[in-house]
Amino acid sequence: MFGYEFMREAFIASTFIAITAGIVGVFVVSRNMSFLSHTLSEIGFAGASFGVLIGISPLAGMILFTMVSSIAVGSLSTESSRREASISTISSLFIGLGILFLSLSSQSSSYATNILFGSIVGISSKEVQQLMILAVVVIFIILLFYKSLAFDSFDHIGASAAGLKTRFLSVAFLITLALSVSIGSQIVGSMLVFVLLTLPGATARYLVHSVPKLIMVSVGLSLAGVWLGLYLAFITNWPVTFFISSFEVIVYFLGLSYKNWKLNH
Amino acid sequence: MIEAKNLEKRFGKQLVFKDVNFKINDGEFISLIGHNGSGKTTLVKIMMGLEKKSGGEIIIDKKQTIGYVPQFRNIDLDYPLDIEQFVRLNLKWKLSPTKRREDNKLVNEILEKTHLTELKNRPLGLASGGEKQKAYLAQSLLNDPKVLILDESTASLDVEVKMQLMDLVQELNKKFKLTVIFITHDYELSKKYTNRALFFANKTIKPISIDDVSEDMFELGGR
Repeated sequence: MFGYEFMREAFIASTFIAITAGIVGVFVVSRNMSFLSHTLSEIGFAGASFGVLIGISPLAGMILFTMVSSIAVGSLSTESSRREASISTISSLFIGLGILFLSLSSQSSSYATNILFGSIVGISSKEVQQLMILAVVVIFIILLFYKSLAFDSFDHIGASAAGLKTRFLSVAFLITLALSVSIGSQIVGSMLVFVLLTLPGATARYLVHSVPKLIMVSVGLSLAGVWLGLYLAFITNWPVTFFISSFEVIVYFLGLSYKNWKLNH
Repeated sequence: MIEAKNLEKRFGKQLVFKDVNFKINDGEFISLIGHNGSGKTTLVKIMMGLEKKSGGEIIIDKKQTIGYVPQFRNIDLDYPLDIEQFVRLNLKWKLSPTKRREDNKLVNEILEKTHLTELKNRPLGLASGGEKQKAYLAQSLLNDPKVLILDESTASLDVEVKMQLMDLVQELNKKFKLTVIFITHDYELSKKYTNRALFFANKTIKPISIDDVSEDMFELGGR
């Protein structure tokens, strides 16, 4: 299957997506931001259709929208009890806008489904390059703040007590999350990018007990999911997203069962 | 030494405390007592620089690093890190292998000090209340603090576990000359373990000897 250029591109792209999402996902889950990452995916869809409407690249539109809205959600939800409500508010606004932009632009509906559900044929080598650069930026930011981010994500109260600048860390993380969503949407689609940003990270928690190991397992599961998904999509012609999400869901339940089994033995 | 001179704190117009004068000497084990909302946590936050004072002075030697064990923590059953990894969160990133070895040594020493060595591989989510408190304590000891602040750390523990934890804190206080500031609503513990108390009442804070600490000072609502 590597005889086809588009499959090679898709493989490279999804490898970068999986690594980024696997790393970021560990922090998404421990910071209880699964819902936000789901919402950002929808907002990414609105951003992409905005990009198409005004004639910039969908990726640029996505990055713009996800960045602005993640920072908006971050500053609206100073009280953790208000977070869910503010996420719903912001996402309602953007889903509405996304549908409006799409209907105003002349693009066909198949384009919208590509953004929403992902596509392995829709990606050009220029887009792959952009994606690789963005992935490197995300990984660099995470590495730069790794220790403080881990402390804040796994023990927010302890980190505040130790005098860490938790507010700054939160904004820095929201930016990497917004970038990761934009990157991931290219292949798995904006509706299901959150699969890669949450499930591998959540599954890892049932298996290992240190931050570096959580990251390794999460990246591993994420990579396994996209590689297997691409292969199965290639031989069956079924959507790649279906295979990726099924794989990650099955692995999640296996992980949960393993934890429960271990508790009783 | 920690010294307050005419210290005052307001939230907007609301006065929390004023005319506060006290000294806490190195190596003291002191209770902070008084009803809820009298400003105990606010005072320790001012000491740590997490909250601004509204007037007066608080003098703390810069070298006196403070370790704070907060009252609440969000650790549920699914919390993934084990006790050792949880403690290690408070370490800075070090590239040099020598420094890393020093860190490992330090972590081992602290786990030893807090009697957690045998339990270090247990996921924190599955640890008992007392084990969790010990882990929080161990984490805050990592910066080699000279002052340790315990914010109602014994509140949710049963009597036996409470005593074990307090014995451990007392041991650290005596062996390592650690100053301990113990925020508590527990009369017995205050009497048994601490040498002195700061009593929060009537919008001020008064240092009192442990003999003058009476049970009614702990009653809900205070006086």
